[in-house]
Amino acid sequence: MKKYILDLTVTENTKLHDSYVLLKLTHSEALPEMLPGQFAEIRVDNSPTTFLRRPISINYVDTEKNEVWFLVRLAGDGTRKLATVNVGDTVNVVLPLGNGFTMPTNSTQRPLLIGGGVGTAPLLYFGKKLQEIGIRPTFLLGARSAKDLLQLDEFKQLGDVYCTTEDGSMGEKGFVTQHTVLSEKQFDSIHTCGPKPMMVSVARYAKQSGIECEVSLENTMACGVGACLCCVENTDEGHVCVCKEGPVFNIKKLLWQI
Amino acid sequence: MADLSVNIGNLNLKNPVMTASGTFGYGIEFEDFVDLEQIGGIIVKGTTLNHREGNPYPRMAETPSGMLNAVGLQNKGVDYFVEKIYPKIKDINTNMIVNVSGSDIESYVKTAERINELENIPAIELNISCPNVKQGGMAFGVTPDGAAEVVSAVRKAYDKTLIVKLSPNVTNIAEIARAVEAAGADSVSLINTLLGMAIDAEKRKPILSTITGGMSGAAVKPIALRMVWQVAQAVKIPVIGLGGIMNWRDAVEFLLAGATAIQIGTANFIDPAITVKVAQGIDDYLNRHNFASVKDIIGGLEV
Repeated sequence: MKKYILDLTVTENTKLHDSYVLLKLTHSEALPEMLPGQFAEIRVDNSPTTFLRRPISINYVDTEKNEVWFLVRLAGDGTRKLATVNVGDTVNVVLPLGNGFTMPTNSTQRPLLIGGGVGTAPLLYFGKKLQEIGIRPTFLLGARSAKDLLQLDEFKQLGDVYCTTEDGSMGEKGFVTQHTVLSEKQFDSIHTCGPKPMMVSVARYAKQSGIECEVSLENTMACGVGACLCCVENTDEGHVCVCKEGPVFNIKKLLWQI
Repeated sequence: MADLSVNIGNLNLKNPVMTASGTFGYGIEFEDFVDLEQIGGIIVKGTTLNHREGNPYPRMAETPSGMLNAVGLQNKGVDYFVEKIYPKIKDINTNMIVNVSGSDIESYVKTAERINELENIPAIELNISCPNVKQGGMAFGVTPDGAAEVVSAVRKAYDKTLIVKLSPNVTNIAEIARAVEAAGADSVSLINTLLGMAIDAEKRKPILSTITGGMSGAAVKPIALRMVWQVAQAVKIPVIGLGGIMNWRDAVEFLLAGATAIQIGTANFIDPAITVKVAQGIDDYLNRHNFASVKDIIGGLEV
C-alpha cells in the first residue's frame, strides 16, 4: 500500500480519561485507504525531548466525515504533548504503516477480538471492517477498572461486548483469559492487542484451544518503514521489523514461550 | 538554479545530498515519499560477508535531541544482497553505494570483492567505525595503523570509488583520516555514531540490550562539524560530512566547514522526504547568495 506524509487538521480532541485522549483528524483531500491494525507515525512538535515520531494505531476511520481517529494514551512526554493539540491545529502524520489484521474470508467466521488498555484502539476499526462484510464480532475488553474501559458505546454498535476488570467494577472480575464467554461461545480466530503479558496469556489460550491467533505488537521504533531495524521481534525467520512485517503477527511466527 | 553537482572519487553526484547507511534501508523503503533519483547518492544498509542477526531488542533509545541505536549490523549477508536486493535497486538512476562492514580483514576484502562485480554499484563505503558489535570494525577505526591496514587490503581488491567511514570515538580523527588517505581511500565520511548510553532510572536498568549504543541526531552536530572541519584541513581527498544534519542550513554549515557532500541520517525518521528538501534548500541558499555552483562554498568558511 502506498504510504503518505500528510498534514492533517484536528477536528476534535476529547479527554476520555485522565490518561487518554481521542484525536480526530481530517484532510483537505480524501484520506487514503487504511486497514485495521495498521498505524501512523505522528510527529509531535519538534522539541528536544520528543524528537522522533510516535507510532499510534489507527483507532477508526470515519469515511463519511473523512476523519481518522487516534486513541492516545499519555505514556510519556511525546504523547502528553500530542494530547495538547487544539481543534484547527495541523498534525503531520505518515500513514498507513505496517500490516493489519487478517480479514476473515467469509461471513460465517466468528472472530474474537480481545483488547487490553489502549490496545483496544485498533479493534474498533477492525470491528467496523468486519461489519462491512456482514460479521458481528465478539469483543472481549479488559482493563484495571470500569473507568479504563473506553469507547464502549462504539464497540456495542459493532459487536457483542464482554468485559473484565481487575477490580470487578465492570463485567467479570479478573483477566480476559478467565472470562466465561471463552467457554460459552465458539470462535474461529482470535485477534488481540494489549499489554504483552495479556497477549501472551491470550496466545497460550488460543494455542491450547487450537484457535488461530494473531497479536499486534508495539516495540519501540524510530523510522516506521523498515529502514532502521530498531523495532525487531524474534521470529521463525530471525529478527524482523514490527513496523514493516508487523505490527500484527500470527503467534505461530513468534518465538514466545507459550 | 545553481550547479549542485559534486565529485567524490569517480562519482559524479547530481547534488551533494546522500543518505546515511542504516537510516534509509535500501532506498526503496522511501520511494513513496521521495523521488530517489533526486538524491545525490544513496548509501544502503551495512552489508557483511555472512548473515548477521544483529543485537537483541531493545535497540533504540530516544535522548534529548537525538537517539541511540544498537542494531548491530543486522543484514542477510553479501550473497543475499547480490541475489535479492541488487536486482531491485540497480536501475535507480542515482549513485547506489553499499556500506561494507567486516569482522576481520579477510571478511572486508571478500565482501568488497563481491560488490566490485556489481556494475551499477559505483562505490562502497567501508565501515571501520561501527560501535555496536564486538568486531564491528571499530577496532580498526580507532588507530591509524589499524585503519590503514584494512583500507590497504580493500584497496587492492576493489577498483571503484572507495569511501571510508570514520569513527568519532577517537582522540585525533585527523590523524586517522590521513592514514586512510595514504592507504588509498578516495574519500572519507564522518562521523559515525558517538558511543553513548541511556538508563531507565525507574527500572534501574539500561535501556539498550547492549547497554551502550551509537548516538546520532541533532545533538551530535557540533561535534561532527568540528571533526569535519579538522579532517577537511588534514586531507586532500573529498570529505563527506554527516552527524545531526536536520535541514538545509545544517547541510550548508558542513559544506562551509569543508565537506564536498553530506549525508542525512536520523532526520529521515522525522521527515521521510527531508533529502530532497535539503537539496532544494541548498539550491535556494546558493541563489540567494549569488553562487553559481555548490563548489563555490565548499570549505568557504571565513575565519
